[in-house]
Amino acid sequence: MEIAAQPAETQEESVNYLNVNHTVKSWLLTLDHKRIGILYLLSISLFFLIGGIYASLIRLELVTPRGDLLTPEMYNRVFTMHGVIMIFFFLIPSIPATLGNFLLPLMLGAKDVAFPRLNLLSWYIFIIGGAMMMYTLVSGGIDTGWTFYPPYSSIYSNSQVTLAGVSIFITGFSSILTGLNFMVTIHTMRAPGLTWFRMPLFLWGMYSTSLIQILGTPVIAITVLALAFERTLQIGIFDPKLGGDPVLFQHMFWFYSHPAVYIMVIPGMGVISEIIASMTRKAIFGYHFVAFSSLAIAVFGFLVWGHHMFTSSQSMYQGLVFSLITYAVAIPSAIKTFNWVATIYKGSVSYDTPMIYALAFLGLFTIGGMTGLFLAAMGLDIHLHDTYFVVAHFHYVMVGGQIIAYLGGLHFWWPKMTGRMYSEIWGRISAVIIFLGFNLTFFPQFVLGYLGMPRRYHAYVPEFQTLHVLSSAGASILALGFLMPGIYLTASLFFGKKAEANPWQAYGLEWQTASPPPLENFTYDPVVTHEAYDFDSVKEIQEAREKVAVTA
Amino acid sequence: MSEHAEHVPGLAHHFVSMEQQKEAGTVGMWVFLVTELMFFGGLFLVYTIFRSTYPLGFEYGSFLLNMPLGLTNTIVLILSSLTMAMGVHSAQTNKQGALQMYLIVTLLLCLVFLGIKTVEYRSKLHDHLFPAYTTYNPAIKEAEPNNHHAVPQALKSEVRTFLWIYFLMTGLHAFHMIVGAGMLVGLIWMARKGKFNDVYNSPIEIGGLYWHFVDIVWIFLFPLLYLSGYHLNVGH
Ligand SMILES: [Cu+2]
Repeated sequence: MEIAAQPAETQEESVNYLNVNHTVKSWLLTLDHKRIGILYLLSISLFFLIGGIYASLIRLELVTPRGDLLTPEMYNRVFTMHGVIMIFFFLIPSIPATLGNFLLPLMLGAKDVAFPRLNLLSWYIFIIGGAMMMYTLVSGGIDTGWTFYPPYSSIYSNSQVTLAGVSIFITGFSSILTGLNFMVTIHTMRAPGLTWFRMPLFLWGMYSTSLIQILGTPVIAITVLALAFERTLQIGIFDPKLGGDPVLFQHMFWFYSHPAVYIMVIPGMGVISEIIASMTRKAIFGYHFVAFSSLAIAVFGFLVWGHHMFTSSQSMYQGLVFSLITYAVAIPSAIKTFNWVATIYKGSVSYDTPMIYALAFLGLFTIGGMTGLFLAAMGLDIHLHDTYFVVAHFHYVMVGGQIIAYLGGLHFWWPKMTGRMYSEIWGRISAVIIFLGFNLTFFPQFVLGYLGMPRRYHAYVPEFQTLHVLSSAGASILALGFLMPGIYLTASLFFGKKAEANPWQAYGLEWQTASPPPLENFTYDPVVTHEAYDFDSVKEIQEAREKVAVTA
Repeated sequence: MSEHAEHVPGLAHHFVSMEQQKEAGTVGMWVFLVTELMFFGGLFLVYTIFRSTYPLGFEYGSFLLNMPLGLTNTIVLILSSLTMAMGVHSAQTNKQGALQMYLIVTLLLCLVFLGIKTVEYRSKLHDHLFPAYTTYNPAIKEAEPNNHHAVPQALKSEVRTFLWIYFLMTGLHAFHMIVGAGMLVGLIWMARKGKFNDVYNSPIEIGGLYWHFVDIVWIFLFPLLYLSGYHLNVGH
């Protein structure tokens, strides 16, 4: 394939992973990591929309103090389905399964992930689990909260808990398979010269995430399976009536679900590292610290789950230890934040859409992380536990952190994935709208929670109405902000300017191939000769490669 | 496009070399086994907690299990690990006949294990010891002092918890044995077609890793489940 050596105009006609085959079958049976990434992108976008509709219902109900839109029963189902769909079917697969699948082999200079068939299988498992969850939803939904605490979930709940449990059990395997695939690929398929410490920080993030996926997911899988048995056969280890221990469920649930927060946010941190480096044209300050802090978060994240149970009959001494380790786990996150800021300092910053998202991430994630420390303090947590303060805190981390980073990454690599440029103006406008709408939605909730508004209530005292109305108003702005990229990104597929191979002049192997990439990613055998984020060498590398391609 | 590595049999197109493919397979299996470890790990945690909560119920529940059958199965599995290891060795030294023979013996031992397990499960069901709501109805010791399957009234609920953990752990293990049997059938089929030799044998090695893992889980399950109440036999 000598096409790579030809001028840019004819390169656009070249065979790439998108136009190589157009049939539906070629998509559904594809083993190409890039297409699987796109399949995941489409599926999780659908789940995001559904989860978003539930969120809108919650915010609509809370406009007035009295529960007038939804019945209490219905409200329980709505917030539960919002949580379950957003967490298990959007946030957890979001960056790893879409951007990760698409980029990981490209960044490594490999043709595919180590096990392409398992990769496709993971998508099918995800779809089967998702279809079951959709069936759960139309057949009545669940009302236990996304945390499924027994004995409520084991006997008292009169909703589809068993079905939801089995659905989450199944979906867990798609997460495990993705993690396994990424880990093995990073270990064994790095291009010549691509040492561990030359890898883009996004890959360190992916590696740490995979570690959590393979260590944590089996535990929640076995836990929800046991819960499903508990309901169907009345046989159990959690229900006190059956001789079980409900707190044991909480331990096993949070052993996964706390680290799961890091499955949701470490990939986001990886994306932010890539964006900040490229948009400031500087190597990430303290590369090794940022790389190792991902691993540190993944490992220490497994030792803090008890902070969810300060009020669940956990011993005070146990609580103290969990509180202490929770404080400690904030350190690696802080290291990252400081290093990003240090990278921006005196960089030549360009404020393109991805960078606006990155800056939004820095602010919002900092607030999300710092308020986590409030909750890690045992005494204060007694006051704040199960209030809107907690709701605001984790939305700052998951929406302000992960979703913002996901959108930033989607814009950053959109030209690579689709071969088209999106509208930069609309990109910037919607990023700002999302930032403003997000803060208006969730900042009042900190205040609400501090004043004592409990979470999961469909009615409240009239004094809280002003703050709730502010939050709902913010939510409608946020919803508008989320709809906009859906529109202009789709439009860019038809009307967008054709993208160059390296529109940001960024460093990294994924930019050293055509946009969109050819079927097997590279038309040459990539070799890495420079450290990560060596922006001075981008031109030089490109020229050297073209020279080789011409002589070949 | 590079032409290397196009016609090596057994080499997938996205790998650079046979060594890379083999390494990926091996690392993949180890990572998978770590996942499996956490799977069983959750249940070992459950076991530990309830054993310390209900020590008497666990002793008595353990006493209800058929220790000789459990021991037989332990020996069967250790033997199968040996034959699997011999199979791997035969593949590495390119002994086709021995490879097939060892794989078939391993499969037979696996089936013996599953057969014995079925006998045990059936006898538990027969004695109304399966701990589901509708099926758990054991004979009561106070009423039938000589019945070896009877449970003291005071321990009825605790024994039920033990039996559920027994079924959960051994059931998950048996499921892995069934998957292993399917894997062995596939390996035997490939071996009969002469796919493996001293150069290409990673499926055998990787399958062996899985097999040893499943065996070693049983090595832990046997004493924890079958032996913790065996001393109660002394009274009989
Ligand atoms: Cu937590």
